[in-house]
This record gives sequence, structure tokens and C-alpha cells, in this order.
Amino acid sequence: MIVNSKRTQWLAPVAVMLGFAAIEVISAHAEIPLGERRSGYADLAPDTKAMQDDDTANPGMLWVQDGEALWNAKSGAANRACADCHNDARTTMTGVAARYPAFNSKLGRPIDLEQRINLCRVERQQASAFAYESKELLSLSAFIGKQSRGEPIAPPTDERLRPFLEAGLEQFNRRQGQLNLSCGQCHDDNWGKRLAGSLIPQAHPNGYPLYRLEWQAVGSLQRRLRNCIVGMRAEPYDYGAPEYVSLEIYLMWRARGLPIETPAVRP
Amino acid sequence: MASALINVPKKAKFGDVIEIKTLISHIMETGFRHSTTGVPIPRDIITSFVCTYNNEEIFRAVLYPAIAANPFFIFTTIATESGTIEFTWQGDNGFLATASATITVE
Ligand code: HEC
Ligand code: HEC
Repeated sequence: MIVNSKRTQWLAPVAVMLGFAAIEVISAHAEIPLGERRSGYADLAPDTKAMQDDDTANPGMLWVQDGEALWNAKSGAANRACADCHNDARTTMTGVAARYPAFNSKLGRPIDLEQRINLCRVERQQASAFAYESKELLSLSAFIGKQSRGEPIAPPTDERLRPFLEAGLEQFNRRQGQLNLSCGQCHDDNWGKRLAGSLIPQAHPNGYPLYRLEWQAVGSLQRRLRNCIVGMRAEPYDYGAPEYVSLEIYLMWRARGLPIETPAVRP
Repeated sequence: MASALINVPKKAKFGDVIEIKTLISHIMETGFRHSTTGVPIPRDIITSFVCTYNNEEIFRAVLYPAIAANPFFIFTTIATESGTIEFTWQGDNGFLATASATITVE
């Protein structure tokens, strides 16, 4: 199933969803119709599917288990645990990962789930922020993400996100790097085909953070995006850069309705 | 201590074949790789895994550098009596991790 037509698109659904007046957004690639959107899970080998499906075989669950311990551990000058304020994550964190990135009024910009966790680290626990890709941050985001497993991705209907969503869409379709490729050329136009040995997935963010066999570890969506950016021979942004957040906003919007699989397993 | 996930049926009938699954967090650094500056990265692997059932050894594995990170084992045994199933992983740099589960056999 390959979509190859290149045409100007009306991004009407975004406008409706976010309650804006319709605006024309120039997109060089045909977006995948909603009915044809499928999680990267659909393309996994049977063994990898089995690994993701069984919580006692999915190595991502080791991070979830560590995340639960961190959730309940008192920390920082405030000597408070996440659980002291948020109680049992199994109820209070359901659906949270499905609606991030979200706009943060105080900062005046959108933040992703990891940045949200670090805000609580710094402001509420009065502790130092966890480094990107640290075991701690991955574990907490895997633990929080898991509470949304099966929940459909539901980007917030917040008008303030609009410019960032548009920026993400623009980035997705912009040719970049020494190979002069756009994300959309692989993930909209050629998903389902092979790039050397790898199957090109549709690039949905619904499994993150996830266990990648190639990494032999859990990694964040930003780590995955860096891999693709380096693959295009473009310069990756620093972890936490606003460019990743806007790409994440667009990817979540593009994957709206797909169920969260955190912690997923990918090759 | 490294985190481990173990899965043992809580109950079984006498004579049942039961499945045991274990997953442990470990980098399994092979010793064959070099850092970006060319310095060899020393080997750091789990070298042995042992499972006992009421202190009797029922499963043992020797691990080598070719085994992937976060080793996962599935094996079976026969439910003979109620008691404790214990797991021990040992490895380089004094690595030692233990876990246990109880089983009721009717
Ligand atoms: C002292 C209380 C307190 C502690 C401790 C705390 N938080 Fe929070 N957290 C809050 C409050 C209040 C909010 C509401 C948003 C805000 O800060 O404006 C929040 C918001 C959040 C959200 C966003 C929820 C949503 O529905 O959008 C997440 C996720 C979160 N916290 C995670 C954590 C984690 C993980 C920890 C531990 C590392 C933690 N929090 C520690 C008080 C706390
Ligand atoms: C040359 C083709 C190509 C380009 C260009 C490309 N990717 Fe990818 N992308 C891939 C392949 C192949 C994979 C799967 C890798 C694997 O399974 O080893 C992938 C995986 C992904 C995934 C993970 C999907 C999942 O199921 O976990 C995301 C997200 C993603 N890409 C986003 C992007 C973004 C955003 C860009 C642009 C910045 C981009 N990609 C550019 C080929 C590409």
C-alpha cells in the first residue's frame, strides 16, 4: 500500500479539531487516510509481537517496574514522592500520556511528558531535573505511559498549540540533510516498503518510550527522532529542543485515535 | 540490586508441568566493543543463572557475551510440593541478584 501522489492539501481536520477557521497548509505529501493508519506494531515479526504482548517477556516492563519504585520514593528538598501528590498512578495518570505534549501556561509553550515530569521534579520535589535518556526519566515516563495503555491518542483541543502543530507539520514535510529527504517521503509516501532490511513504518509515536531491540534498551521518542534525522544526514537537535516538541505534537495529531502501547517493542 | 521480573504460577496441581519465566535488567556488555575514543569497553555480563525449588537445583544456565541485554529465560518443571522457588544471577564485577516466588501445590 503506497501513497505516492503529491498534492496540496487542506488541513481541514486540524482546523476543525482545534476550532480554528480553516487555513490552507501546503503539504508536499498526501497524508495517510485515517482509516489506513496503523501502529508500527502491525509490521512487527511474530516473535517481536509476542514479546510486546507478554508483560513477563517484554523487557520494557523492567523500566516500568523501576518507574513505579521512583513514583513512590520521597525525593528532593521537599522530601515528597510523586505518589504523595498524585496518589495511585493507576487511576490518576490514566490517559495522561495520550494527551501530551500539552500547552504549559506558565512557560508559554508546549511541553512533552518528560518535560512535565521534570517540572514536577524541580518545582514540586525541589530536586534536580533528570537528564534526557537517563534511566530515571525513561522509567518514570514508561510507568506513566503504561497507565494509558489501550487509550486512544487524544491531542488536546487547545488553540494555543496551533502554531506548534503547524511547525511540526512543516518540519515533517521539509526536505533536509545531505540526502535532501523529508520525513513524509518515507513515512507518508513509502510506508510498508523496505529500506534495506528495515520495513518503513508509518512513524507513529504511540509506543514510546519503548524497548528497541537494536538499542537493547528503552529509549524515548526523541531518541528515535534523532535516529531518523541522523539517517537523513541532517544535524539532530539537542535533546529537549522545541523542534522535537513540535514534531511530537504533529506526530500525535497524525496518530490520533491509535491506542497507546507503552512500553512497546520495536526492532 | 538489579530489577528482575519473575513469573511462577501461584498454584498448581501435583504433577503439573509448570512454566517459569524470568527477565533481568543487565547491559550484557560483550567486551568486544570500543568507545567512540577507541578505548576497549570491558566485559560486563551475567555469567550464570540458577533456579532452585525448595533448595534443590532444577535449572542452570551459563551465559556468554553473545547473549543480548536483559536476559530472558523460559523453562518448565514439575510441580511436586508447595514451597519456594529461588533464582540467582551472578556475573562480572561481583554482580549478584536474587529473587524468589512461592508456589502452592495441591
Ligand atoms: C508537591 C506535589 C507534587 C509532587 C511531589 C509531584 N507533583 Fe506532579 N503535579 C503536581 C501538580 C499540582 C500538578 C498540576 C499541574 C501544575 O503543576 O500546574 C502536577 C502535574 C503533573 C503531571 C501532569 C498531569 C496532567 O494531567 O497533565 C504529571 C505527568 C506529573 N505531575 C508527574 C509527576 C511526577 C512523575 C512526579 C514525581 C517525580 C510528580 N509529578 C511530583 C504536584 C506534584
Ligand atoms: C529514509 C527513510 C526515512 C526518513 C527520511 C525518516 N525515517 Fe523515520 N523511520 C524509518 C525507518 C526505516 C524506521 C524503522 C526503523 C527500524 O525499524 O529499524 C523509522 C522509524 C520511525 C519512527 C518509529 C515508529 C515506531 O513504530 O516506533 C518514527 C516516530 C519516525 N521514524 C519518525 C520520523 C521523522 C519525524 C522523520 C523526519 C525527521 C523521519 N522519521 C524520517 C525511515 C525514515
